[in-house]
Amino acid sequence: MSEMEITLNVNGRNRTVSVPPRMTLVDCLRDMLRLTGTHVGCEHGICGACSVMFDGEPVRSCLMFAVQAEGHKITTVEGLADDDGKISDLQDSFWECHAMQCGYCTPGMLVASQALLAENPNPDDNEIREAISGNLCRCTGYQQIVEAVKMTAQRRRAVRS
Amino acid sequence: MKAAAFDYVRAADLDEVCRLLAEAGDEERKIIAGGQTLVPLMAMRMARPDMLIDINDVPGLSEIEDRGDQIAIGGCTRQRAVERSDLISGRLPLLAKAVRNVGHIQTRNRGTVGGSIVHGDPSAEIPLAALALEATVVLRSASAETEIPLDGFFEAAMVTNIEPEQILTEIRIPVWQGHAIGTGFHETASRQGDFAIVAAAAQVELAGDGTIARAAVSAGGVAPSPVKLRGVEAALAGRQADDLDAAFEGLGDEIDPDTDVHATAAYRSRVAKKLVARAVADAVAEAKR
Repeated sequence: MSEMEITLNVNGRNRTVSVPPRMTLVDCLRDMLRLTGTHVGCEHGICGACSVMFDGEPVRSCLMFAVQAEGHKITTVEGLADDDGKISDLQDSFWECHAMQCGYCTPGMLVASQALLAENPNPDDNEIREAISGNLCRCTGYQQIVEAVKMTAQRRRAVRS
Repeated sequence: MKAAAFDYVRAADLDEVCRLLAEAGDEERKIIAGGQTLVPLMAMRMARPDMLIDINDVPGLSEIEDRGDQIAIGGCTRQRAVERSDLISGRLPLLAKAVRNVGHIQTRNRGTVGGSIVHGDPSAEIPLAALALEATVVLRSASAETEIPLDGFFEAAMVTNIEPEQILTEIRIPVWQGHAIGTGFHETASRQGDFAIVAAAAQVELAGDGTIARAAVSAGGVAPSPVKLRGVEAALAGRQADDLDAAFEGLGDEIDPDTDVHATAAYRSRVAKKLVARAVADAVAEAKR
């Protein structure tokens, strides 16, 4: 089939691109919009590296075709930073706790963690583990990732009190 | 790992979906809702539809409705919506327990109840709970709408009794009325969220004298399709709730497990017996509260 023109709202900006229907959302983000922060790993919904927010909820962008995202809001890892380009408190905690080694899983882990903290500001270890259970870290650095999410929650509590 | 080319139509309403399906001719036209099973199949080229009909914008397919003696769930209802629904946790606690084991948050945010049922994965949790409770599904085509029982809908692994021109619009799950009702759901998988190797679902109602008034029990991963364990159900009925072991003796005759890369048939049989017993024990304990 010929290409279809679609408009997506990505990180707060409307972007119009022309894509073939079979192009996945992650390929569209990376190859058409040059937002290469979102990683593409297994391409069949196992590894979680391609996680993005779709209308505010985390989804796997390799399990959607870009044409399905027409008219919807997408937030990628690039959209997690503050407007002035400063990294978010969650990203800062990942840095502080060394919650990455090779970095391949990091964008997906950040998106999954961001979604968890938005819904549950005080997650316990089990809840954090469940929230990132759909994301594989081949370096097996899960411990530090759990620490980083906990640190973010603690810092946010400290700011509130 | 890229899907083959296809035509894409975002349908505006159910009539358009049914018309596109009816006019398929020699083409293979597939419905896409959440895509969490279909897209991997397409990426691996195990499915190569000529056209995808997207039903995400079709109105009326995503409601969860209380109809007194049953709950009706639209085919395009997200698994995550079921997980978050107070109506489901209050009225269909077995489904609420089952859905938490379906994939991960990212897949439940897209995956739908209807999609889980029409694909007929032998280890899927939603079909398992729905089958135990004797749910029915509503299938619609351009010419007719039919309601059929879920028992008999699953023909083989990944094969279900839906015609190419039909769409699953709704699943209807009976709600048990009564006070002493409890549910249990257990599964074993390599990790939380992985496909179940074996899963078991149970719902029981206790009579005033402490016997089991009725039981609904099913097991997954133990046959090409989920199995409603009618023999176990019959053996449980009328039995004192603190003396159930004998009720599971015939379970082996009701299942037909296969050996695959994940587990042997013998392992599946052993685990099925344990998980079914645990699910029933949980249900009994909950019913006593």
